[in-house]
Amino acid sequence: MTKEIIERYNINKNLAQMLKRGVIMDVTTAQEAKIAEEAGAVAVMALERVPSDIRREGGVARMSDPKIIKEIQKAVSIPVMAKVRIGHITEALVLEALGIDYIDESEVLTPADDMYHLNKFDYKVPFVCGARNIGEALRRIGEGASMIRTKGEAGTGNIVEAVRHMRTMMSEIRKLTNMPKEELMTFAKENGAPYDLVLYVAENGRLPVVNFAAGGIATPADAALMMRLGSEGIFVGSGIFKSSNPELMAKAIVKATAFYNDPKVLAEVSEGLGNAMKGIELKDIPIEERLASRGW
Amino acid sequence: MNKKLKIGVLSFQGSVEEHIKILNSFDDIEPIEVKTLKSLNESDGIILPGGESTTISKLLKIFNLEEPLKKRIENGMPVWGTCAGLILLAKNIEKESPHLGVMDIFVKRNAYGTQINSFVINSNIDEISKEKIPLVFIRAPWIERIEKDVKKLLKIDNHIVAARQKNMLATSFHPELTKNNEFHKYFINMVKESKGNINANILEVLEI
Repeated sequence: MTKEIIERYNINKNLAQMLKRGVIMDVTTAQEAKIAEEAGAVAVMALERVPSDIRREGGVARMSDPKIIKEIQKAVSIPVMAKVRIGHITEALVLEALGIDYIDESEVLTPADDMYHLNKFDYKVPFVCGARNIGEALRRIGEGASMIRTKGEAGTGNIVEAVRHMRTMMSEIRKLTNMPKEELMTFAKENGAPYDLVLYVAENGRLPVVNFAAGGIATPADAALMMRLGSEGIFVGSGIFKSSNPELMAKAIVKATAFYNDPKVLAEVSEGLGNAMKGIELKDIPIEERLASRGW
Repeated sequence: MNKKLKIGVLSFQGSVEEHIKILNSFDDIEPIEVKTLKSLNESDGIILPGGESTTISKLLKIFNLEEPLKKRIENGMPVWGTCAGLILLAKNIEKESPHLGVMDIFVKRNAYGTQINSFVINSNIDEISKEKIPLVFIRAPWIERIEKDVKKLLKIDNHIVAARQKNMLATSFHPELTKNNEFHKYFINMVKESKGNINANILEVLEI
């Protein structure tokens, strides 16, 4: 890899570091983006439909219309992210041309490639990718992701999958830090993870990039729970604009993320928020319709 | 007495751990996270880290820390703002009302553009170090103008990116993201000097 690519990759990891302890919110219009910024979001994810609508309406979910993205970029001064389909090289090039700040190569959209993810080192713009475990996280980082998030189960308002993914990753990281070196190659083999990145995790006790939580966060307490489990920040998808009072919910989740370890603050901010989004029990979603299983 | 100097890092959001890790590498410094009035009051100096200035500013207001922090700075507590922190300090911001509004600088946010325009360079800053140090600019602001009380520390391509006004230090870039700790050394010295001055003042008062 050239010096330029490594330097660019580091700068892209650095932007994710600036977002730590913050909340990234899904928005579909310039007006929603302004509400998110006003509530204290550290970034917005520009989308045509939030995950719960994608789930309900079905069909193929693609990159958003550049017009919507541009309107959102104009409306706010915080970073703007947007999603591309897994493996969709040209959607990523389009977003890069729009000067987007971060691309989410996301399982929430319908995958364009059922074998390969993007080689993210080919782009100047940074990428975040979803993961359920350390092997998946390190594969994505090996391809050039400069930020990781749990997959959770997007659009459900149900935190259980995000908890499972974060607990799995943190537990694997803790195991790696205690493993004698001769066991690491077998760990790499069994988890499908690049060996050099397994070594990094074993030595440093953390992923080489920032790790956020996503997929099912619907209340301030959900956000605080994910922070407590080791998440470095929060993505909220449908949880804000599918609640009965988005402004209040957005502000409360921002406060809860910053003060996740202060139960008094959490109690205060959780009060009188109206209805959180209506959730879905996981057993009601057939296995083949689960978004988290997309990605290879 | 070997009491450690306490340097606070405003810890609502952003590059908090990065600053704390570097501060921890100095034997005579105890870094503390500042989210409450109590921890602010314990701090001998404070770092406003990189992050999103709008987010940090809102949390400062909501958790009633804006006014006390502003007062401490106006009363001479050393403060260093990196990137978002610089924006918080500025008295004037293009197209935006000021946040703490304590430093006589006029700032342009996201001056270099979006993330694609973020960059790293190595540069000399006489006041800080004899050798070149790496400077990381992430969606960075620059300083368009300074008032006469403010000392320019570094200019890149005709834009000021580091400045000092008495007890206030501001940088567009992020020394906390590098392995070079010269800027932290410089700020720690600012805190030591201010402690020295306060002690000297107390002695003078006692003598009278």
